[in-house]
Amino acid sequence: MAYLELKNVCKTYGQGNNSTEVLSNINLKIEEGEFVAIVGFTGSGKTTLVNLINGLIKPTSGEVLFKGEPVVGTSHKRGVIFQNYSLLPWLTVYQNVAMAVKEAFPKESKTEIKERVVSFIKMVGLSHAIDKRPKELSGGMRQRVSVARALAMKPEMIIMDEPLGALDALTRGNLQDEILNIWSKDKRTALLITNDVDEGIYMADRIIPLKPGPKATLGPEFIIDIERPRDKTKLNDNINYIETRNKIIAYLMAIGESRKSVSNTEYVLPDATPKSFVGQF
Amino acid sequence: MKQEITLKKQHSGFAFFKQIASIVKSKFEKDAVSKSLKKTAITIVSILLFLGLWHLGSKALYNKEAAYRIEKALEEQGPAAADAERACIASGESRCQPNTLPSPTQVWASFMSLIADHHLIQAKKDAFNLKMESTNAKLIAQGKKAIVYTGRASFIDIVLTSIKTVFAGFLLALIIAVPIGVIIGLSPSLRSAFNWFIQIFKPVSPVVWYLLVFMIVKTLYIGASSDNAFVISFVSVGLCAMWATLVNTAMGVSSVDKDYINVAKVLKLGTFQKVFKVILPSSLPLIFTGLRITLSVAWMVLIAIELLAQSPGLGLFVWEEFQNGANDSNAKIIVAMFVIGIIGFLLDRLMLTIQQMVSFNKNEGI
Repeated sequence: MAYLELKNVCKTYGQGNNSTEVLSNINLKIEEGEFVAIVGFTGSGKTTLVNLINGLIKPTSGEVLFKGEPVVGTSHKRGVIFQNYSLLPWLTVYQNVAMAVKEAFPKESKTEIKERVVSFIKMVGLSHAIDKRPKELSGGMRQRVSVARALAMKPEMIIMDEPLGALDALTRGNLQDEILNIWSKDKRTALLITNDVDEGIYMADRIIPLKPGPKATLGPEFIIDIERPRDKTKLNDNINYIETRNKIIAYLMAIGESRKSVSNTEYVLPDATPKSFVGQF
Repeated sequence: MKQEITLKKQHSGFAFFKQIASIVKSKFEKDAVSKSLKKTAITIVSILLFLGLWHLGSKALYNKEAAYRIEKALEEQGPAAADAERACIASGESRCQPNTLPSPTQVWASFMSLIADHHLIQAKKDAFNLKMESTNAKLIAQGKKAIVYTGRASFIDIVLTSIKTVFAGFLLALIIAVPIGVIIGLSPSLRSAFNWFIQIFKPVSPVVWYLLVFMIVKTLYIGASSDNAFVISFVSVGLCAMWATLVNTAMGVSSVDKDYINVAKVLKLGTFQKVFKVILPSSLPLIFTGLRITLSVAWMVLIAIELLAQSPGLGLFVWEEFQNGANDSNAKIIVAMFVIGIIGFLLDRLMLTIQQMVSFNKNEGI
């Protein structure tokens, strides 16, 4: 039995003639302890897929099974790292993480909760910023807080929705290593959604492309057979890496081309001018 | 609605005071000094220009009224009376001064006389209290009410009454509007149930609110000896001003960012936690925008309501001076006008500062 399983999952937004089928016939199996990356184009329905798995939305048809049980609503067993961090700006780093810990471990005493929060903030290297508010942090630091918040709930599975998408290349590289580091300690099941093939290859055991929507489906999987821990600097000389990377990119380019030739609809933009409030007050 | 949101962060609170502070602070930064000086100079020039125009205008009106009086005397009583009238006006005797728009100097003189009057009344009050001290102590010991000074209220007392009324009204608005706003913001069905109610009562004039409150309070206070003018006026002010807070709170609560709601769902926060830890903090900026509008509306309608309710505040003061028609009445009315304006401005700055303390940029956490 797979740890996480999606069976013929379809998701349609809207009703009647206005409906759009975003995801169509998604079948996916993830085993325990696996690190799977789903690579897809922007707007291909990646976030919809994530929200289906973490329980924020329900599939129109098909089943999402987590440890053999259908997913109903969110659960502390599946930690989520959002693309846009989603920290609460009126809370400090400590309070943001503590809020999650208090919910996940309602029976723990205050000191236990405090210890847990402090240790996870230390793990992501933000001890010096523990009492700062999100606005005083850089993008990378904010995402670390978000990582700490998700991990502090001790989830059995981590779901990452383009967690590093908004960061610059250097910060991105650092955080990739940190996430891998944390993951390798207890090998929790992880699902990474990304639009960066290199990131997928560097981090995951398997890469599954998501064909562009509407009616997005999963493409054939690519196994990444590179030993861990992986060294970024030596990756470029690894034959395995080069071959897999080329295969995936060729595949993605091909489906990208096919999408281009299919869509010849002309979109008419509404003729609207933004209203100006300048000088009204 | 949109306009109310964009209001925030448009001005910085206490900008004028900051300007002064920055002049002091950056004494040695030549550039900053010249910039701030320029700004201050422009403000001072505009004030002087305003005073000058006002002076000229009032002088023209004064001359017109004087000429009319002399003309009237000439027509009705002959040249001798006209000469007497002219001499009387020129002598500055108060009984034959033309009664028109007062000049800036007259207004300033009135202001000073009102302050002097306040000191006089205060002295009387102190003397009275001193005299009654032992009697009052006895009365209180016997469980009776102490005798208080019931003489004429000074201008400062009047202003304080107005401020007290406005804050009582504001608190009432806050107590009513914020909880109801939160509740109808949380539930779309309650929102549509309340919508007609809000839409109908929001545009009702302060005078009508006063009449409504009067009908109710009058009956409630039947037989009670205490003066209910204060109650009537602050309740009317509160009811009249609470709508902005109600609408803004409901809107803030119902339009919480979806990301925050998702966080609450993923963390599986309970309803109580979700409301108090996520929804309320994220709608605080809009709630305070509403409260700021409420306070300025409260101050604006206060004058009319005090006038109707005969509450001894600025509204009644203005009306009584107008009815009084004494020589310096017009000047006193203008003094009251400036006091109303300046207090309104200060209240608005106060709310703006609080509003900026609680507001956050949506991008800060994202």
